[in-house]
Amino acid sequence: MSRITPLASAPVLSPSLPSSALPAGLQRGLASSAKSARWRAGLATGCRHAEVFAAAGDASGAGLALALARDALQREEDDQRPWLWVQDKAAMRLSGRPYRPGLPVHLRHRLIHVAAATPEDALFALEEGLRCRDLVFVIGEIAGNPRSLDFTASRRLSLAAEKHGTALWLVRLDARADLGSARMRWRAAAAPSPPPRWNPQAPGKATWSAELFRAHTFQPGHWTLRDDGIELASDPVITTSAPDHGDLVRGSGARSLAAG
Amino acid sequence: MAIWCVDLALDRWRLAEGCARGPEALAAADAAPLALIAETAHGPRIAATNAAAMAQGVRTGVMLADARTLCPALAVRPADPAGDLAFLERLALWAQRWGPWSALDAPDGLVIDTTGTAHLFGGEGALLADARRQFSARGLAARAAIAPTAGAAWALAHYGAHSGPDGAILEGDDPMDRLVALPVAALRLDDDVLLLLRRLGLKRLGDLAGIGREALARRFRNRRSPGANPLVRLDQLLGRVPEPLLPVIGTEMPMVQRRLAEPIRHRELLDRVVADLAADMARLLEGLGQGARRLELASWKVDGEVLVRRLEMAAAARDPAHVCRLFAARLDDLDAGFGIELVRLRAPWTEPLVMGQAELDAAAEQHGTSLAACIDRLTVRLGAEAVRRPLPRASHLPERAQRWAPALEPLPGLQEDFAFHERPLKLLDRPEPIAVIYEAPDGLPRLFRWRGGVHEIARAEGPERIAPEWWRERSTVRLRDYYRIEDSTGRRYWIYRHGLASDGRGGAPEWFLQGLCA
Repeated sequence: MSRITPLASAPVLSPSLPSSALPAGLQRGLASSAKSARWRAGLATGCRHAEVFAAAGDASGAGLALALARDALQREEDDQRPWLWVQDKAAMRLSGRPYRPGLPVHLRHRLIHVAAATPEDALFALEEGLRCRDLVFVIGEIAGNPRSLDFTASRRLSLAAEKHGTALWLVRLDARADLGSARMRWRAAAAPSPPPRWNPQAPGKATWSAELFRAHTFQPGHWTLRDDGIELASDPVITTSAPDHGDLVRGSGARSLAAG
Repeated sequence: MAIWCVDLALDRWRLAEGCARGPEALAAADAAPLALIAETAHGPRIAATNAAAMAQGVRTGVMLADARTLCPALAVRPADPAGDLAFLERLALWAQRWGPWSALDAPDGLVIDTTGTAHLFGGEGALLADARRQFSARGLAARAAIAPTAGAAWALAHYGAHSGPDGAILEGDDPMDRLVALPVAALRLDDDVLLLLRRLGLKRLGDLAGIGREALARRFRNRRSPGANPLVRLDQLLGRVPEPLLPVIGTEMPMVQRRLAEPIRHRELLDRVVADLAADMARLLEGLGQGARRLELASWKVDGEVLVRRLEMAAAARDPAHVCRLFAARLDDLDAGFGIELVRLRAPWTEPLVMGQAELDAAAEQHGTSLAACIDRLTVRLGAEAVRRPLPRASHLPERAQRWAPALEPLPGLQEDFAFHERPLKLLDRPEPIAVIYEAPDGLPRLFRWRGGVHEIARAEGPERIAPEWWRERSTVRLRDYYRIEDSTGRRYWIYRHGLASDGRGGAPEWFLQGLCA
């Protein structure tokens, strides 16, 4: 099992290091500003702290965070450690609690849920979860812009995540994108799903319109992401024409079978 | 088995003097009248007398001056009740050779639990004979008796007539057969109660048993203590109410020591020895699950002196570094003289101290905490109800299909989940009603309004009908038709219609939104 090297341990700013020694997207400073990479699904970003801004009226924020976490976890499939889902009270009231039968099959038996009463308790639980070596990742859901979640608290979470190598996916429900130290900040909204092949009238696989509007090492961009049950597929533009063929071909992603 | 040391104080004096019992003994000390005296507020008072003094008319409890008028030749020694009690404690431990535990019956008796051990000695008669032989070999006059309850054994040992070979063993179905003839003092009552009973004319146990429970209960209704209530004592004697006894348990004082080949005279060497002793003591105490509250460090010098340093700690501890640091301050004025040849560390006072995790915070800072420690920290701050994991439950009702269990509870063995039903990622705590606009009267709505927003249903899958669990709920609960829908902007929800228009279980069916799909 190969863990991704956290950003903090890579000497990214060392001038003696040839730029080809680093994967695209990990370069910072002058080298990255000239031609920084575009994010794509399945890329090992090494990002330990990401924020997803979403509306509270649908589950697109949590769904995208979970899909990104699974995407980052693709390379560690035999990891059977539990994961943590922290929600504060407002988030639970607005968008409900996780439902075990609806979770991905490989994750549903490993969930530990923390119902925090206040945002302060939620931040405490997030930090404790990041410090735990037996957790594979941590998902947080905090509604609004609480006073306690300021830049200092955000920085604390970033440092804890990068020190202990546990990834944090923080979902901000109905929140303003104020100061924060997350390495990648996404804005997620639900998008119309591709019609399933066998019942075109039914809702299809979960699809989101995701905008990466702030990242340390990637160019900002806009994608339509789809969780097809196996991996995260990304379309650079919104396409509604390509039909979903179900799970006929494993790993075909967004590619249509007819297109070759 | 109850054992009464008839003459404990005097027997101890005889053992200390080394003289045998009785007037014909070769030691003249016991042949002369002798009394042990206790100092009281009104002067010396006789606490115990020997047979010669008894014959001269000296009784226990009288003032020494009065006794001297009766017997001018009376020799006196001071009594030692504390020593007697310590002796009795050691005797109680020694008496555990006849049974697994024993209790003190101060000031001069023992109670030993011999349940199930008599056959090891060849029966209860042989057990009693063995006890009498061992006590007489130790030079102690003792009366012993065996009975089903501690109270009955005590009564027999103190007041029973030891006529036959097994006269001190209470057998048979009705213990009162043998006990009716005993005086009421056999009930272990206080002196004022005994006086009261004597004035009432109740002298024997049979008298008490004859007048009926109600009369006794009414007469002694406000006496709570067993020693003041003859009815409680009578019930204890007959085994109708339990009588807890406090057993004597022998503990050993943890002790470690180092003999030194060469007498040491220098402080560094002594510190080294103390560190070794502290490590040994920590290992010893850890095995016992104890921590030291008081420590004694004694060092024997070559020239025949012993230097003792004592240490008391605020809480039970056994950390060697902590102990060394505390002792280092106390060893500064130690005069080694020609050298120290033996150092001994004892822990006279210990308290239970469970094994602790070493350097919890430092290790957590470096390598992260374990899952159990993380859960503990979360639980301590947020409460046990806040940190849970979802477990499946065999139910078709969506909100019942999962239950919340403690975070580290193992997964129960269950059948596989249904794989062909799509379920939402999140479920609202309680389904929220939605206002709908139908296209057809009993079909899927075209629009619905939830939390102030209007959602136009673009695609839907359903219905998936989930009937109520009739074996658990009332018959008027309505069924649910679930639809998985996607609105025109791509938001996916899980809504249901509660009931049918024609099911006769209420009015028009209502619509609810229960789940949010990813």
